[in-house]
This record gives sequence, structure tokens and C-alpha cells, in this order.
Amino acid sequence: MSGGVSASSPRWHALTPGALLGRRKPPAALLAAGLVIAAGAVLPAVYLLIVIAGDLGPALDVAFDADTGLVLLRTLALAAAVTAAAVLIAVPIAWLTVRTDLPGRRLWATLCTLPLVIPSYVGAYLFVAALGPNGMLQDALGVERLPSIYGFFGAWLVLTLFTYPLVLLPVRSTLRRLDPQLEDAARGMGRTPFETFRTVVLPQLWPAIAAGGLLAALYVMSDFGAVSIMRFDSFTTEIYVSYKSAFDRTATAGLGAVLVALMLVLLWVNSRIRNSRALHRLGPGPSRPPRPYPLGRWRWPALLGCSALVLIALVLPVAVLVYWSTEGIAGGAVSAKIVGALAANSLMTAAFAALAGGACALVIALLAGRFPGAVSRTLERMSHAGYALPGIVVALALVYFATRAVAPVYQTLTLLVFALTVHYLPLGIGPITAALGQVSPRVEEAARGLGRGPLEVFRTITAPLLRGGILAGAALVFLHAIKELPATLILAPIGFETLATEIWNQTTFGFYEASAIPSLVLLAIAAPPLYLLSERGTVSS
Amino acid sequence: MSGAPLVLSGLRKSYGDVLAVASVDLAVEAGTICALLGPSGCGKTTTLRMIAGLERPDAGEISVGDRRLNGPGEFVPPERRRIGMVFQDYALFPHLDVAGNVGYGLGRRPDKRRVAEVLDLVGLRGEADRPVHELSGGQQQRVALARALAPTPELVLLDEPFSNLDATLRDRLRSEVREILADAGVTALFVTHDQAEALSIADTVAVMNEGRIEQIGSPEEVYSRPASRWVASFLGEIEVVPGDASNGAVECELGSLRVEHVNEGPVDVLIRPESVAIGLSGPQDAPAAEVVSRRYYGHDQLVALRLPSGRIIHSRRFGFPAWHEGDRVRVWIDGPSDVLPRA
Repeated sequence: MSGGVSASSPRWHALTPGALLGRRKPPAALLAAGLVIAAGAVLPAVYLLIVIAGDLGPALDVAFDADTGLVLLRTLALAAAVTAAAVLIAVPIAWLTVRTDLPGRRLWATLCTLPLVIPSYVGAYLFVAALGPNGMLQDALGVERLPSIYGFFGAWLVLTLFTYPLVLLPVRSTLRRLDPQLEDAARGMGRTPFETFRTVVLPQLWPAIAAGGLLAALYVMSDFGAVSIMRFDSFTTEIYVSYKSAFDRTATAGLGAVLVALMLVLLWVNSRIRNSRALHRLGPGPSRPPRPYPLGRWRWPALLGCSALVLIALVLPVAVLVYWSTEGIAGGAVSAKIVGALAANSLMTAAFAALAGGACALVIALLAGRFPGAVSRTLERMSHAGYALPGIVVALALVYFATRAVAPVYQTLTLLVFALTVHYLPLGIGPITAALGQVSPRVEEAARGLGRGPLEVFRTITAPLLRGGILAGAALVFLHAIKELPATLILAPIGFETLATEIWNQTTFGFYEASAIPSLVLLAIAAPPLYLLSERGTVSS
Repeated sequence: MSGAPLVLSGLRKSYGDVLAVASVDLAVEAGTICALLGPSGCGKTTTLRMIAGLERPDAGEISVGDRRLNGPGEFVPPERRRIGMVFQDYALFPHLDVAGNVGYGLGRRPDKRRVAEVLDLVGLRGEADRPVHELSGGQQQRVALARALAPTPELVLLDEPFSNLDATLRDRLRSEVREILADAGVTALFVTHDQAEALSIADTVAVMNEGRIEQIGSPEEVYSRPASRWVASFLGEIEVVPGDASNGAVECELGSLRVEHVNEGPVDVLIRPESVAIGLSGPQDAPAAEVVSRRYYGHDQLVALRLPSGRIIHSRRFGFPAWHEGDRVRVWIDGPSDVLPRA
């Protein structure tokens, strides 16, 4: 060897093409914006901890209280029961609609996914309005009393019917990607169809089932509207009651922290499952499309099952909604003016949240996608904090923060929009990151080389190419923000009612006619962005 | 429009403790085409990106004409370098049509006549309004070239410009691009790992390995007078036969060669298979050999020969007449060969 290469100097090494090319430091303004956004995203969690740390005694008391333990068990039992039922519904439906010759399978797939559109508290309201005291069934039968639908069973039924699509979507998409030749091979080795499903298909579906089941479990644990309408004491209702009644806010914060801890445990378990269970196809690329499995005479029970599900989860709720809406209009229970004002409030709040969420998500996605590094990665992770915090906990933490630290924003729309933005920011980041992944950095470099500065390149190249992703991200934030109930209940300025709060208020008082029109309007507002998102295929994310 | 000379000196780039470019010195004359040839990962693309201003060199200088783009404490950002670049995947702007792409470097209100002129140059007249995703690979390639040429740069950089095209199209476009670049009179530097591409398009070939340039020369020079065994074998099949140099001649198993500028002593003779001639009879001192195998490629055949010493060497001949295993032949060197001191 010629020349003395000292041990500390860099050694020559063949680079994997593009591995390190174009690594740059982020512009100061972008970095500063990212810092502010990430700080905002972790503010609720951090402040919750500050509140608890400032007065540890009561918080620990309530966290380790026997009653808390009981509520915890009840919530976990509900989450487990809903998740199990959702998996039991979703896996057969997924298999029937992907792998068999079920007549009209594509239509069934769509119909079975649609219940996801109905917010769980609207679903709960519709069940109560149909089967509860003074509901449709009681009217129709003309009896004094019906067996109660409230409590664990009611909450379980409603949450199952409106969360099973969360499992159906990932399982279906995984089933579609499975290599059907593996099943052919298993059959060729003498396995029966059922054994083949159990030994070959099911193991490959586990990651999707786990991911979907986790989404359902997280949903149940953070759900507030459906459980409170079904009068089931869950962790979130407990927190709400404690917040409304007690003067000791540390105790409420303690409850919130326990719930967050629970969700973090589930998220951690999920990430372990995803990493350990990743299955890869061995061998070369695309295989032939699967041959549908002939159902034969089993198609009749299959059709019956699908019909029953669609009837209970979709047709009946919509029929009930239409029925009570016409009742409401006929009885004059709602004025167009009031509903208009409610809709305007909902739209305004959600639109602000979508605007802020889209902009913040863009900053975070640009940092993570274009300036990878430890700092960007940390900021991106911090921005996902809202994912692990139920809406009610975000709202609580911000109430404490506002009343103690920045009193002028308490009881303002600003605080509500801030809460919604922080809570749903992770939803906005996904589609923008995906869109950015489609834009090669070389395209931006080409624009630089053609004489345009970084800002000009962003304006003329990057921004137009990201438009679809930014719209999708903002639409997702909008959809969830307009449905959000507990955060709105807690943070909305006094006298500021939205469609969501009105539905909840009226239903808890048993005024079903008065809830119907706001529910219908809410669905009508949510439908167009939802349709656009499902066309883009981002809704399942 | 005319090109300006490009000069690189002591260019160096590392990422953390990974050295991508060790030290690159290169001068490209104005208006000529230079190929930066090397295996993947040798640092050639990093070098290209440093010239474009997309990477900051750790050390070294870059100048185009009398403009210094990089030097100690100096860094001209890419948008002020006036260097055209053609990317491997073309990096066309997908939301703009052909004219929008080509006119992008001409400012906010691009001169339509200039756009039409450049589209003419690359043979895309009449395609101005088409969306770029509707174009074939070859057309996209030409849009990328037109876009790079439109702002009349003094230097154009091309990163593996033909690697995304199928074989027949690639051949046609190589000569087209060469003509377009020559017509434009621009200096061009292109990166490739394909020796045939480098040899057939470039006026000068710079062979790069492990972050350094190993040889610079005309295509003929680097092919038939490689500066090292590595360069020799990277540019094509090569036979290495030991020999002895004395009195301006080299004696080796294949006979004696007249050479200049070689120190006396043990040497290696580097011969391309096409310079190894065989025949039923041959020059007087040509050794006898036996055909041990033969691979037939249609237009040519590769004949493996066992020399009296047992050494196997290869001869590339036209496809006809056919040689057969077991044929007794004579072997001699007929064509360029190179002599390097024995390693």
C-alpha cells in the first residue's frame, strides 16, 4: 500500500447508490417551525405529567384506588370483547369477499366497510333510539317496558358494529397480497381446505389481524360518546365525571395518566408484533391472480351472514336515522336556523383544525422526508404523541394548561382548535409523507440546477406535486375533528355547540327527534371528503 | 453557444467515516465529451453531484471556464452554476408538459422561440403540449436533455443517461445524443458504468476506481494501453501473459514484441482476445496450441487454447470459419497489446 492512511481518517468505501446522496441540514425556519409543532404536540402529555408531579399524593391515590382498578378492568373487558367480536366478524368477511366466488363480493366488501362512516356515538344514539325506552321498537310493540339495552352488552354491540371495519380493511388488503400458490402447494400436499386456511393462510394474516385489532382496542378505550350514551362506565366516562364534579383536578389527571399508560402499553405490544411477525414472500415477484374458491351450497349461509351484518350495521341505523329525521321535521323539534348554526360551528372548527393540521403535518413531513437525521426523527416522533392520547385526555390537559398558564385562551375557540390539531396531527402526516415519497429529490435538484432557489423550487415543483397528499392529510384531520366529541364538550367556549355536542346532549336527555337532523347533517358533511379519501385509498391508513 | 473547459482538482468527499471520493483531478476541454467510467459505488456520481453543486466537497476546487464554483470557503449554490444536468431517471417535472419542462430554466416567462428551438434540436418538434408521462422512455430522455440545454449552459452533466432504456433504443440514442451535444457545442461530462457506452460516445474517457481516477485518455488509449491491470480488466476481457523485457523487446510465450519505454526485467503482457490470432499456419516463431473449447456467439466465437506450457488463453475470432475442440493451431499476437512491469 502506498501512502500512510492514518487510522482516524475516512476509509474509502463503495456507496450503495443514493444511500447518502443529498444529505443536507434543514433550513433554520423549517427547523424552528418543526420544533414549535413538536413542542405543541407533546404539550398535553407533558402538562399532564406536570400536574400530577406537582401533587403526587392524590394522583397516586386515585391511580391505585380499588374503584379505578375496577373501571380499568371493565374498560379492558369491553375492549377485549369488542376486539374479539370484531376479529370474528372481519376475518370471515374478508376471506369471503377476497377469496371465494361469493356473488357480488365487491359490493359486499364496500357495504361491509361503510359502517366505519358512522361515528360511534351516532351509532349508539341510533340503537338507543330504536331499541331504548320510548324508542321505535317499544312504540311498535306498544309495551310499557323493554329489556334494557344499556350497559356492557349495548356498548359492546354498538362498538363492535362500528369498529369491525378497522380490522376488515387491513385483513382484506393482506389477503389480496398473499401468494395463492402457497395454498395450492398446501392442497397439493394433501391438506384439506380448512387445514390449509388454518396452517397457511391464518399465520400470514396474524400481523394484519393484530394491527386491526389494536386499532379497535385503542378506539374502544378512548371512546367517550358511545359508552356514555350506552351508560357504560368506562375509563373515559369516569374521567369526564371526575372532571365535571370534583374540585380536585389532580385526581382526574391521575386517571388520565393511567389511561394513557394503558394505550402506550398496547402501542408498544403492537410495534413488537409488527416487527417480529413480518413475513416475506420468498422467490420471485408477482404471482398469478388467485382462483376464487367455489363456495357451492355454502354460498347461501355466507350470503345470509353478510346480509345480516349489513342489515344491522348499516341499513337499520340509516333507516332509524331517516325515520327520526322525518319525525323531527314533522314535529318541529328542530329549527333549520339552529341546525344551520350548529353546522356552521362544526364546519368552522373542523376547517381551522384541518388548515392548522395540514400546515403542521407538511412541516413535519418535509423535515422527516427531506432532511433525515436524528433531530428530524425525534421531532416526527414527538408529533405523533396525539396518537397515544385519547381526545378526552388531550382536552383535560389543555384545560389545566390554559387555566394555570395562559388564562386568556381558556374558553376560546383557539384552544379547541389547538386541541383538535394536536390530537389529529399524526393522521395528517401520513398522506403527506406518502406523497413526498413519490416525489424524487432528483426532481427538486433538477429544478435547482435550472436556476431556481430553494423557495422557488418549493413553490413551483414540490408544492404542486404534494397537493393531493396535503389535501388528503387535511381532509383526514377535518373528518376526525368534525366528529370529535369529548374534546369539544370540554374545550368549546360556553354556549358554543356543534353538531357532535348537540347529538350527545339531546340523546342523553332522550330527545331522539332532536338528535336525528344533526346526525344526518354530520354524515352529509363527512361523506364527500370520506368518498374522496376512499378513492385515493388513504382511508384505511 | 459554446462550452467552457471544466477543471477539477483535489476533489474529495466523505460522509462521516465513509470516503466516497478520495481525490479527483480532471480537466475536460471546451466543447468535448468526457466519460467518467467506473463500477457502481466508485464515487463517480458523487463527483458529478459535486460539480452540479448538489453535494459540498470536503476539499478541492471546481471551475468552469474562468468561473470558480468551489474552492476554499467558496461554494456557488446549484441555481447559480449555469450547469445543465440530465438525471438517470430524467427527473422530469410530472405536473408540467414538455414545453413547461423545457422552459423551466428560462425564467418565469420562458421565451417560446427558445423552447421550440431546443425541441427541434432534440427532435421533439410538435410534442410541446404533451404531458411528460405520455412519452416513451427515449422521448423522456430527450426532454431531459432539452431541458438541460435550454438555458445555454457551458457544461452539461449526464448521470447514467442511457441505463433506463432497452438495448436497441440505447444504441440509437447514444449516437443521437452525441450529435445533439456536438451541435450544441457544449462541454459534456457523463457518468457511466458501461464501457461500451463510454468508448463509443466520449472524446475522452476517465476511468475511476475506489474514489480516484486511474487513467484519462482517448477511448483507444484506455482500451488498448490500460494504465493498470484493473483498468485493463474493467474495460473488457484481457489475457495476461508473463514475459521478459530486454533491449526494447519483450519475449513471451506468444513470441517477441517490440516495445518502447519499458524497463528491463520481468513484465506482464496484456492482450485483448481479439488481438490473439490463430491459424493452421502462422509466423515462424508462433507457438503451437490446441483448441480446448469454443463458445459460439454468432458474429464471433471465443476459442480457448492450451499453450505448450499448459497456460489457457482466449482468442476472439469472426464466427466463420468454425474452430473445433482438438484442432491443432498456431497462435500469435496480431493487434495492439500493452506491457506493464510485473506486479
